[in-house]
Amino acid sequence: MLLYFLKRIVLGVVIVVIAVSLLYAMIHLVPGDPVKTILGPRASPEIQAQIREKMGLNDPLPLQIVKFLGNVATGDLGEDVFKRKSVNTIVFEQLPHTIYLVLAGIGWALLIGIPLGCFAAVYQNSILDRVVGILSVSCIAIPTFLVAIYSVLLFAVTLKWLPAIGAGDGSLLSYVRHLILPAFAVGLGWVGYLARLIRASMLEIMGESHVRNARAFGLKERTIVFKYVLRLAVLPTITLIGMGIGILLSSAVFVEIVFARPGIGRLIYDAVTSRNYPVVMGSVLVTTVLFVVSTTLADLINAMVDPRLRARD
Amino acid sequence: MKRATIKQERLRIWEGWLSVFRTIQRVVREPLGAMGLVLVVAVLISAIGADLWSTHDPNKINVRAAFASPSLEHFLGTDQLGRDIFSRVLVGGQIALKVSLVSIGAALIIGLTLGLIAGFGPKWLDNILMLLFDSVRSFPTVMFALAVVTLFGPSLTTVMVVVVVTQIPIYGRMVRSQTLALKTSEFILTERAMGAGFFRIISLHILPNVIGPLLILASMDIPFVITIEAGLSFLGMGVRPPTPSWGTILNDGYSYIYNTPWPVIAGGLPVVLTTLGFTFLGESLRDAFDPKLRKDS
Repeated sequence: MLLYFLKRIVLGVVIVVIAVSLLYAMIHLVPGDPVKTILGPRASPEIQAQIREKMGLNDPLPLQIVKFLGNVATGDLGEDVFKRKSVNTIVFEQLPHTIYLVLAGIGWALLIGIPLGCFAAVYQNSILDRVVGILSVSCIAIPTFLVAIYSVLLFAVTLKWLPAIGAGDGSLLSYVRHLILPAFAVGLGWVGYLARLIRASMLEIMGESHVRNARAFGLKERTIVFKYVLRLAVLPTITLIGMGIGILLSSAVFVEIVFARPGIGRLIYDAVTSRNYPVVMGSVLVTTVLFVVSTTLADLINAMVDPRLRARD
Repeated sequence: MKRATIKQERLRIWEGWLSVFRTIQRVVREPLGAMGLVLVVAVLISAIGADLWSTHDPNKINVRAAFASPSLEHFLGTDQLGRDIFSRVLVGGQIALKVSLVSIGAALIIGLTLGLIAGFGPKWLDNILMLLFDSVRSFPTVMFALAVVTLFGPSLTTVMVVVVVTQIPIYGRMVRSQTLALKTSEFILTERAMGAGFFRIISLHILPNVIGPLLILASMDIPFVITIEAGLSFLGMGVRPPTPSWGTILNDGYSYIYNTPWPVIAGGLPVVLTTLGFTFLGESLRDAFDPKLRKDS
């Protein structure tokens, strides 16, 4: 067990290192001088040389990567050369907004998706089951950014119920009001994923012998469904959410841009459009780490719950 | 070739077609599958004949007719420059399909090759390839796309590169696991014992077993690619104006959402219909081909 844990963690670290090195190499191997793209063609050679020295671009590439990784290991993501601000500050200022958004999105999806899947499984092959099936496939298929745009069109432009832009004026109430539509957009696809998953895993568990035994004992159907089936059936959702952090972060980018919300997605987008390489590197690194950590955690939890997976390796 | 073998060969081909026909029958019998098929065919027809159906030049600017609501003259209204949205949507569909076909095709071929190498090659090569696949997959797709756009600038090619690179690991992994499973199966061991060469085994035994699931996987990826293309173009990182794309129509429309809702509705609806169509079709194809492939069971 411990060995499996160690193996997974080491693999996670290796993946992050490779991913970051690939990204770093790509940024610096591309034809065109990053300094010139940053400063524009009219910058004087002295300033160019100064910035180049500051960004450490005179070293050979492998050395640069090692240096960057070393800095990252000590918790330093570098410096935004234009704003003269550390990338850490910039990234961790924006990160909470994205985390609230993702949590709110997943939260409402869990609240709706699990009961839906539960109903569909209990009334298998009924009209309700069919409707839930079609609804969940549709929720999954429709891209998040369209959900975001259409919800702005409906709830903010036409009905004027909720604000569409920004994250509020600082008060908690206004923050929550500004969070409703974005969270709706982030979560809608997950309602579908969760409903399908819960339905499938409940159907599987309902066929198992312990459920049959419970029935034979004459337990109430309600007790069986909630105590014996649902409790086991929600376990795979942990894995699904862990694996889905990438999708969540991707949809956060779109949602943050559509709603002009602050957050890590918007930060990356702005850094990309202004070609601010240190910020791009730092923020992509943080999201990659988030992603790898969550998938690894999901794997580990899965292994604790289901010992068969450990042996498979 | 002897007569008997030729006859057998013909029979085999005939049976192959029959099974394809039966699968289609099974798909159409499901209401969801039939709906998917209708949507997909509609999208294909409208995209392939886009030049025929379009009523205006998609790039012709007529500022005096800007923000027109739908009418007989402009079926879906006009955008902020007075361009006919109906024609732009049609041509945009053509571009979306082109992008998905080209990039999925490329990813399929590369993924297949790498997967076969990983499955058949030495263990160390397999490990390296797997590690690479995992690393590529460890960027959330959109983050990866944004990073690539920073480097190469926004263009249609960039979108395709992003799709190819992010999809290769999916296909590669699948081919690899199928190959590994087949490699030690009895009929292939027998074939090997009889002295069959590497290429004979791959082309005659591995490929036919891998290609079906792979194609289903690819057809289910089309909505994903269309979403990526529309999404990146919406962010201004894909198709460059004035070329019409569903994403750029949405982007233009979103900036003027308080003036008129039509561009946003017209740009988004085709995306919804296409992704729904391909998803429905892909799901029922998968169920019809092989119930074991079902993700949720």
